Amino acid sequence: MVNPAKMLEERKVEQQSGTTKVKIEVKNFNFYYGNYHALKDINFPIYDKRVTAIIGPSGCGKTTLLRAFNRMHDLYPGARYEGEIIMHPDGANLVDRKTDPLKVRMRIGMVFQKPNPFPKSVYENVAYGLKIRGIKNKRFLDEAVERALKGAALWEEVKDRLNANAYSLSGGQQQRLCIARAIAVEPEVLLFDEPTSALDPISTAKIEDLIVELKQRVTIVIVTHNMQQAARISDYTAFMYLGELVEFGPTEKIFTKPEKKLTEDYITGRFG
Amino acid sequence: MEQKLSLRKEADAKLKEFDIEAYTIGVKRRDKVFEIVGLLATFLVLLFLFAISVDLLIDGWVRIKDAKFYTSYPSRFPEEAGILSSWVGTLYVMLGAIFWAVVLGIPAGIYLEEYGGKGRLARIIEANISNLAAVPSIVYGLLALGVFVYRFKFGESVLTAGLTLGLLMLPVVVVATRESIRRIPRSIREAAYALGATRWETLFHHILPYSLGGIFTGLIIAASRAIGETAPLITVGALTFIAFLPPPPWEDFLGMLMSPFTVLPIQMYNWVSRPQEAFHTNAAAAGFILLVIALLMNSVAFYLRYKVRRKYQW
Amino acid sequence: MTLSIGAKKAIDLGIFLFLLLMGAVSVAVTFAIVWVLLVDTLRFFTHPDGGGFPTSLIRFFTETQWTPTFYNKQIGIWPLINGTFLIAIISMLVAVPLGILVAVYLSEYASWKVRETVKPWLDFLEAVPTVVYGYFALLFVTPLFQKVFESLGIYMEGMNALSPGIVIGVMILPYTASMIEDAFKGVPQYLREASYSLGASKLRTALLVVLPAAKSGVLSAYLLGFSRAIGETMVVAVAAGMYPQLTANPLQPIQTITGYIVQVALGDLPFNSFEYLSIFAAGFMLFVITLVLNSIAVYLKSRAVGY
Repeated sequence: MVNPAKMLEERKVEQQSGTTKVKIEVKNFNFYYGNYHALKDINFPIYDKRVTAIIGPSGCGKTTLLRAFNRMHDLYPGARYEGEIIMHPDGANLVDRKTDPLKVRMRIGMVFQKPNPFPKSVYENVAYGLKIRGIKNKRFLDEAVERALKGAALWEEVKDRLNANAYSLSGGQQQRLCIARAIAVEPEVLLFDEPTSALDPISTAKIEDLIVELKQRVTIVIVTHNMQQAARISDYTAFMYLGELVEFGPTEKIFTKPEKKLTEDYITGRFG
Repeated sequence: MEQKLSLRKEADAKLKEFDIEAYTIGVKRRDKVFEIVGLLATFLVLLFLFAISVDLLIDGWVRIKDAKFYTSYPSRFPEEAGILSSWVGTLYVMLGAIFWAVVLGIPAGIYLEEYGGKGRLARIIEANISNLAAVPSIVYGLLALGVFVYRFKFGESVLTAGLTLGLLMLPVVVVATRESIRRIPRSIREAAYALGATRWETLFHHILPYSLGGIFTGLIIAASRAIGETAPLITVGALTFIAFLPPPPWEDFLGMLMSPFTVLPIQMYNWVSRPQEAFHTNAAAAGFILLVIALLMNSVAFYLRYKVRRKYQW
Repeated sequence: MTLSIGAKKAIDLGIFLFLLLMGAVSVAVTFAIVWVLLVDTLRFFTHPDGGGFPTSLIRFFTETQWTPTFYNKQIGIWPLINGTFLIAIISMLVAVPLGILVAVYLSEYASWKVRETVKPWLDFLEAVPTVVYGYFALLFVTPLFQKVFESLGIYMEGMNALSPGIVIGVMILPYTASMIEDAFKGVPQYLREASYSLGASKLRTALLVVLPAAKSGVLSAYLLGFSRAIGETMVVAVAAGMYPQLTANPLQPIQTITGYIVQVALGDLPFNSFEYLSIFAAGFMLFVITLVLNSIAVYLKSRAVGY
């Protein structure tokens, strides 16, 4: 079974320690699907330029929480939420009804569970976010696309076929393309919803490296059902169970000396 | 008790006796026989189509190969009669019908699929559209006669005919629009929204471009049916004897819209209902042309559908 | 140039309203159909030529002749209903057995390749103009039958119910068959597998497992086919004659509701004349009959999802 301590030792990047700035604060956040109380009173911080992993068994509400950050729930009827998700430095409440979900999504990017490139060219995919922000200058676009693709470690593989359809890429490449698409608009926060669950181990490793790389530029929140992954790449871990946040802390602590029995049972594989 | 036991023994013996070999052979034979019967039934239906085509081709051959047939107006003399006014009329009327079907049907389909949700209004619209699809076409004709011809005073014109056939195409176009939009996975929409796109940006940059092939296929199918529609146009009072063409739209658009008209199927109906056999030749020729048009349109739709399936494999 | 979020929102709203409007127009069309039919039907029943309300309504359902265009006006709807149903029943005699055969064959037996080749042609059959079917019924099927019947010593009229009935049967077949096929597709694979695993044949599985499981869907397909046969116009206008009469003899000329509408519409129609109004009354009957059939079909279909 998992040996989290060993996993942590094998980490490719030193874990930054010490306190850092808080980027996002989740305060008393509650979420309902109709009458179903899906998230109960969630409170935890997300630190700036760090990777925060949300783990927990399926159905615990981790994806629901992640999608609350960029207001994806607003797309569908039947969802209701209360509480605050405060984004710093300006202190805007992301889940306030008065806050326009468009503005939120302009600041927070997202990478989904399954690669979902648009059925357009590689170039168009990456440039899309910039275009809807009104950027039309070809030189600027070219430059930004290249930078994003390099940032997503995809440039070398696709530089000769920027006009090829995105669906001609492999699954792992498609997912990195989606990352490039998300970072092209320079978001402050990037959400990852189980980004490797549909990928093979090699592609997974590449994406994990990339996430660790990206945290120098952007705050990252990643939902994963894979504890090894959380241990490998995250600085902070939030463990959720049945819609409640059981424990939050530095990844090292969560995986080596968790405070709660439930957390220990989960990370040692006793359930879940 | 005794009885039960003996019964069971009997059953066991029967099961043991059961000749698997013979059963298998019997099954295979029955299956084969049915397969042949089914194939024959299907073949019979296709044969019917083949018989119609050949019958029309043979009956109408003299006129089909006659170039004058396409450039002459109808006439009292069967050999001089042609389909000029009717094919031009079909062209104008179909352009109108497609225009209305596109302008009404595609937005209605988008509304139902993208915005409608499960609201009350959406449900009413939805129920209405499925009802519309099953209304006999001649009832549309009555609607057009009552509303467009007499109440709106559009008269027995190209405009009325285009509107009528457009409404007839409406349900097919709405359904095709909805189905091809539905085929786009939710994750694509979410990707666009997550990048900060608005609803209309998502609609115009993604949903419409990716579903256009499917919508077009539906539109062509609907048009290929509307082009052969006769009954609703008879009801709105299409004339059968038109020895002139509507004014070309670039010269007198309104005049074209308000012009009396005839279309190919009506011309054909007119000829087929005459007692003189010579007119039946003309009818067959017109019918064959209609058949060819329908075949062409269906082939285009078939090809488009195939392309779309290849292009977007989500 | 960059659009502000406010401007983008305004565009969003504008587009939403446009789409809503177009959706609403389609509803308006249905209401317009009902309204026009209803209003002009009411006028028909209050028209002095029909005897005025309620005499006209009683006459509508009690008289046995339909001659609103004659000098001596009789307005019994039954002859038209008789003709309509006679044709529709003949067509169902063709479409019911053939439809099930074709559907079972295509969905349970035919290889993928056969199905992919046959289906487009069946679709094409639906696009053949109905006036072409009418031509075929009048000038191919009828003469053929006349010869056959003549050799049996039976006289068949040139205009009759039989040949358009049969032709309509084949005409609605692709439509019916593809709906039956859809109903079969809705039957879960595990039911078939259960049957096959017990050693049942394809035929037994198809007829005793799949067909019963899909029976509401199949019934609904037949009802929709029947409704289509009732509303079919051009084939009967060309080949069934213009003689409304109460008869069950398929070798006689008859007239259907749709055929009557065509016959009257071909002539000159002064607005609000008795003739003009009579086609709305007839059309209203047609609309009601098909609406009832369709509603039952839709209801059956909604019940079909039970697995």
